[in-house]
Amino acid sequence: MKMDIEKVARLARLELSGEEKKTFGNQLEQILAYMEQLNRLDATGVEPTSHAIPMVNVFREDEVKRSVPREEILEISPDQGDGHFKVPRIIE
Amino acid sequence: MDLHSMTIHQLHDLLVKKEVTSREATEALYRRIGEVDGKIKSYLMLSEEEAFRQADEVDRKIIREEKIGGLAGIPIGLKDILCTKGIRTTCGSKILGNYVPFYDGTVISKLKENKAVFLGKLNMDEFAMGSSTENSGFQTTRNPWDLQRIPGGSSGGSAAAVAADECIAALGTDTGGSIRQPASCCGVVGLKPTYGRVSRYGLVAFASSLDQIGPITKDVEDCAILLDGISGYDPFDSTSVNVEVPDYKRYLVNDVKGVRIGIPDEYFIEGMDPDVERSAKEAIDLLKKLGAEVKAISLPHTSYAVAIYYIICTAEASSNLARYDGVKYGFRSHRYGDLMEMYGRTREEGFGSEVKRRIILGTYVLSAGYYDAYYRKASQVRTLMKNDFEKAFEEVDVIVTPTAPTPAFRIGEKAEDPLQMYLSDILTIPVNIAGIPAISIPCGFSREGLPIGLQIMGKHFDEGMLLRAAYTFEQNTDFHLKKPSLI
Repeated sequence: MKMDIEKVARLARLELSGEEKKTFGNQLEQILAYMEQLNRLDATGVEPTSHAIPMVNVFREDEVKRSVPREEILEISPDQGDGHFKVPRIIE
Repeated sequence: MDLHSMTIHQLHDLLVKKEVTSREATEALYRRIGEVDGKIKSYLMLSEEEAFRQADEVDRKIIREEKIGGLAGIPIGLKDILCTKGIRTTCGSKILGNYVPFYDGTVISKLKENKAVFLGKLNMDEFAMGSSTENSGFQTTRNPWDLQRIPGGSSGGSAAAVAADECIAALGTDTGGSIRQPASCCGVVGLKPTYGRVSRYGLVAFASSLDQIGPITKDVEDCAILLDGISGYDPFDSTSVNVEVPDYKRYLVNDVKGVRIGIPDEYFIEGMDPDVERSAKEAIDLLKKLGAEVKAISLPHTSYAVAIYYIICTAEASSNLARYDGVKYGFRSHRYGDLMEMYGRTREEGFGSEVKRRIILGTYVLSAGYYDAYYRKASQVRTLMKNDFEKAFEEVDVIVTPTAPTPAFRIGEKAEDPLQMYLSDILTIPVNIAGIPAISIPCGFSREGLPIGLQIMGKHFDEGMLLRAAYTFEQNTDFHLKKPSLI
């Protein structure tokens, strides 16, 4: 199977150099070819497992608790101001 | 005996008898690190100030004749994937190169309650993706038995540090073998607990349905002590399981009479190193001689393990690693105009090759049109593999196999060939897929003098049986006592 690596990289918000696109392209093709072996196995009707130890609806009491102070969280961010994270302008 | 060479239980005895202080032990370890870490490169950073503060606190308790627990005052190392409040936590990645968490992970809080001493943070493959530590964003750790070889991975720094006596014990994490394979490569003991046994809160996530924290130690007794210190239900991790934690030391008995051991033919794969196969078979013979019942079993879907693992773990990773966007914490690129460029370049500059490769693969297998063929199919085969184990465990108490198909390979040998690197985890991956516990213990040496590991797998939450079988084997062999000659 051939992967459109530029499209996938865009979906992943990941820029790649021309060199990386080439190397990854070849390597991923090999890896996907290896995964083709799954086609030999018929798993029709088998329930998928997403967690080895099945658990549903893990709830906790809805209580107000102390959280981390905002300043401590903002302090380690790359850019902040006025009590917010700062990012480039999104809306013109 | 040098203080740095001691086990947890040996050092504990000396602390209690007041023959040595925790400060002296901590100093001895830092001396040792100063002597050998230039060659081994296990540590990414040392937390000396914190360590001596913790050590002095324990020493004061001992002077006051207060009772101390088995981990109190014991200098240990931490894989750098575990969040430590106020201490840099990089996960082996440049994208977290400046990240100082404002909270402790649950295992860290537990070890602090137990008064353990933290020496520093240990090297690893970036985001725990790798089998050699060559994918670390900072340095490649060397195998103490042969400096030209890899220590295994991703917890390579932890295993090498334990083997080189640069800590008394360490914590690692295991998503597809990342505790057991390096333990095997470095000739030490490593245990991956049952999924849900140990809280993942404060463990930087790679593949959330597979990740688990566990001990890497010099012997099985230490493994039980450290497992005891980190296990248990945690409301902060909704996947941690509320099953009672037994006293693991109770299982340290030299007796496997009547224990039923399964040997799956599928694990003695083509291309397995002959020394590995010989050592594993000799180990099985010894367990039989000691009274275990050995029988052949079948785990028929084993050959699909690597394929489904690299679908599931990359899918989960691509989702988990979406949070590294240069906004809330960690690294942000300086080369951007708009927001999309900021995301794309932050991730381009911050992540290494293997992480990028896995993000691409994981994004692909989850993308529209491919989800059913890859992710859904892999999750279905996961059910079949899990059923294989459930069926096998109706007849046996534990399953015994080699931990890795070969001893430690050479640095650079597989670095350019990701698929070959992935295949080195072929014997450890099924355990994570099924969520069962498994331990790796030293069981021999190759002709070149490299350690070989034996893997023992057990039923969900039956770590006790693993410890019993492993302890019995250890009591009747001396592989775990051999040390690499480093100086």
